[in-house]
Amino acid sequence: MTRSTLSRRAFLARSALLGCSAAASPLMTPVSLAAAPWDTRVVVIILRGGMDGLDALRPYGDPDFAALRPGLAAARDPALDLAGGFGLHPALSGLMPLWAQGELGFVQAVSTPYRDKRSHFDGQDMLEAGTETLGSGQEGWLNRMLQQMPGVEAETAYAVGRGEMKVLLGPADVADWTPDAALRMSPQALQLAELMMEEDPAFHAALSEAVALSDDGSGIMAAEQSMTRDMRAALRGAPHVKIAEFVAERLRGETRVAAFSLIGWDTHRQQERSLGASLERLTQTLLTLREASGPQVWGKTAVVAMTEFGRTVRMNGTGGTDHGTGGAMVLSGGAIRGGRVLGDWPGLAEADLYERRDLMPTGDVRASAAWILRAATGLDRQVMESLVFPGLDMGRDPGLML
Amino acid sequence: MRALTYSPDLADIRFGCGLSPVLAPPRDAQALLDGVLGPDTMAGRFPIESFETFNTRVQGLRDARAALRKAGTQETRKARREVIRKISRAANNARADWAARTLLRWTHTETGFRERLVAFWADHFTTVGKSALLRYANSAFVESAIRPHVGGTFPEMLIAATTHPVMLDYLDQTASVGPNSPAAARRERLSGMNENLAREVMELHTLGVDGPYTQQDVREFAELLTGLTYRPDRGLAYLQGWAEPGAETVLGKTYGAEPRLAHIHEALTDLALHPSTADHIARKLAVHFVNDDPDPDLVAHLSARYRASGGDLPQVYAALLEHPAAWAPRLSKVKPPLDFMGSALRALGVAEAAVSGLDFPAFRLTFFVPMSLMGQPWKSPSGPDGWPEEEAAWITPQSLSARLRWAMAVPQTLCDGLPDPRDFVGQALGGFATEPVRFAASAAESRSEAIGLVLCSPAFQRR
Repeated sequence: MTRSTLSRRAFLARSALLGCSAAASPLMTPVSLAAAPWDTRVVVIILRGGMDGLDALRPYGDPDFAALRPGLAAARDPALDLAGGFGLHPALSGLMPLWAQGELGFVQAVSTPYRDKRSHFDGQDMLEAGTETLGSGQEGWLNRMLQQMPGVEAETAYAVGRGEMKVLLGPADVADWTPDAALRMSPQALQLAELMMEEDPAFHAALSEAVALSDDGSGIMAAEQSMTRDMRAALRGAPHVKIAEFVAERLRGETRVAAFSLIGWDTHRQQERSLGASLERLTQTLLTLREASGPQVWGKTAVVAMTEFGRTVRMNGTGGTDHGTGGAMVLSGGAIRGGRVLGDWPGLAEADLYERRDLMPTGDVRASAAWILRAATGLDRQVMESLVFPGLDMGRDPGLML
Repeated sequence: MRALTYSPDLADIRFGCGLSPVLAPPRDAQALLDGVLGPDTMAGRFPIESFETFNTRVQGLRDARAALRKAGTQETRKARREVIRKISRAANNARADWAARTLLRWTHTETGFRERLVAFWADHFTTVGKSALLRYANSAFVESAIRPHVGGTFPEMLIAATTHPVMLDYLDQTASVGPNSPAAARRERLSGMNENLAREVMELHTLGVDGPYTQQDVREFAELLTGLTYRPDRGLAYLQGWAEPGAETVLGKTYGAEPRLAHIHEALTDLALHPSTADHIARKLAVHFVNDDPDPDLVAHLSARYRASGGDLPQVYAALLEHPAAWAPRLSKVKPPLDFMGSALRALGVAEAAVSGLDFPAFRLTFFVPMSLMGQPWKSPSGPDGWPEEEAAWITPQSLSARLRWAMAVPQTLCDGLPDPRDFVGQALGGFATEPVRFAASAAESRSEAIGLVLCSPAFQRR
């Protein structure tokens, strides 16, 4: 594990800037002009559970689609049509302005090299490890990328949210934070805590940083605190929006890489309801990132949303779909060349399916991720293919980034 | 080399579960050690399901699934799906009972060193079951494969852990078939051989990553391990038809031509007694109990005793407790979240009913969610190398923030009246109380914040 507190140097710099009290922290940090190792921001969202790419991004133009998903074909809304015969799920309609501006794109029929067993855990492990096979090594591809970059500091990369982000796990320094861990205590207790921690520099540095991170605008100081009530609220509320706000705030500063998860994609039953809610959260997440990072930073940001596998092309008996293979990848941000649906569409005829049940994967999700990382960081193709995604063939440059 | 600097407070803090207002720390190092060898009263008072019992849940699930496949009507299918869901939910919810009892053992034990050793060895042999119900079986694994062996020998513990169904499931041994075995010839299983368990036994459990083994050793050891698998009706199973025929050579020693479970035991014993294993275990113990960067003399002392005693663990513990470096007065290690919570409950003298009376949702909010926020989700380390030791992994802004919130909010919900914070300083820290902590305890506006501050003082978070 490499989760670490801020380096001493970064900590002193921050303390000098903000002072040690949250009151001195501005609501929104100004866009940082300081020397972060590179300028393009990369946000990776892991869609845990297996998103149904055929429902999120509907291939209306495929002659077999209507027979496989008659309900979706009948409900086609021309206002949500994109390019190449694809149309958006209604819960993604809020993203149409991004599509129009070239800030939203998709890659269809992609997957990791994982095949056949269709386990969430193994599938996610492969997706985050970025390797050819399932090893016992616990290192994520984003961390391996960081290991290749000079000048990475504790705040360069953030794992955000409560769950573990294996995609960032590894020897390179990574910070982590979840907005629902924010400090809540009286001003006096905070002062006493700071006094007490002075005996121990490591604890003192972590506390100062926690104070700075906790100031989400609502204030650290709650006259009366109840952790269980806060946690209940956090469990019920809209954590994805808080996470997106936090990530946007970090991207305005020194952070160049952030990763977090969205759950709720394992739609075995009543997919109409459950997938809609999850896509709605994805929409809110992307809109919040865009809004809260501001035009300047959003213009330098690439968001990659990826899932461990797609789902069966046919519906099951309970109004849902089961674990499949090929799926869709969502790209967003001002730095991507959007307004396109990429990927080599395999077709939905029975003979074109993987094992006669799943969308045939025609591309590797790692290749798209690799091209984006390459464009963001300037790392050589050879480094991407041997060290970041060992064994990957990136193929031709799809020109994902502006 | 006698324990000249033995201190009872330090013994409970560094080698036990922390100070308690009602239970006296061990008188001397011998008493500390005797606690590991005596009767296991905590296991009896706060029982955790054995794997044998847990396995009946697995059998129940298997039977329920078979019944579902045979179900004809829509209605019976629905009813049988409900049965399956119930079995799964019951095992999931039972995790909270086992976690509660683990915390209660910390709170009430008079032999805290045993609980610490159980945690140490459970982490050394990290398992996170993968398939179906087995992902809830970690507590049962520890209860059956680790706990009975902490006062025994390392070879015995290695055999028990390596051949345990949850370990076989976790490290993919259940899918490993010898490439030239009769099963492979009949193409019963197409997945072939899996080296995961063989590699991790050498790298993590015995020789260590710098140990003197090659890929060829891993491969032959993996071939030797083929045949070892798990069957819900039998538990551990050795299927000769899956085993790779012929002799295997591991670290220069050849193990019998006829596939037998005994050869696996023999190879594991040899690995356990290898000098590199002695060094590896010695260092891990010193890092875990004493210092992230331990005194080389302490490590050498432990390793020498390990070799001399054939991995007899009580003798190795005795070597640890008699070395002066073990009693360095500066508290250096940071308690991981679970240990932080356990020692906090102990310092507060939390009553049994306050913890065992929590239903699943309440337990989740009081313990599981905060544990995750602190960076140690219950029984879910990210890999077979277990939880990190180094303090940088635990002293993060998020973890500290979560500790502060928990320590200020939860004790009042578990205690029938919080103690006077000024008394609590001495109760929780003993001779390790400092002026700033005393001041914080006396100056805080509310009792709950004062208690939280004491629990989050560096002196309480370290050991």
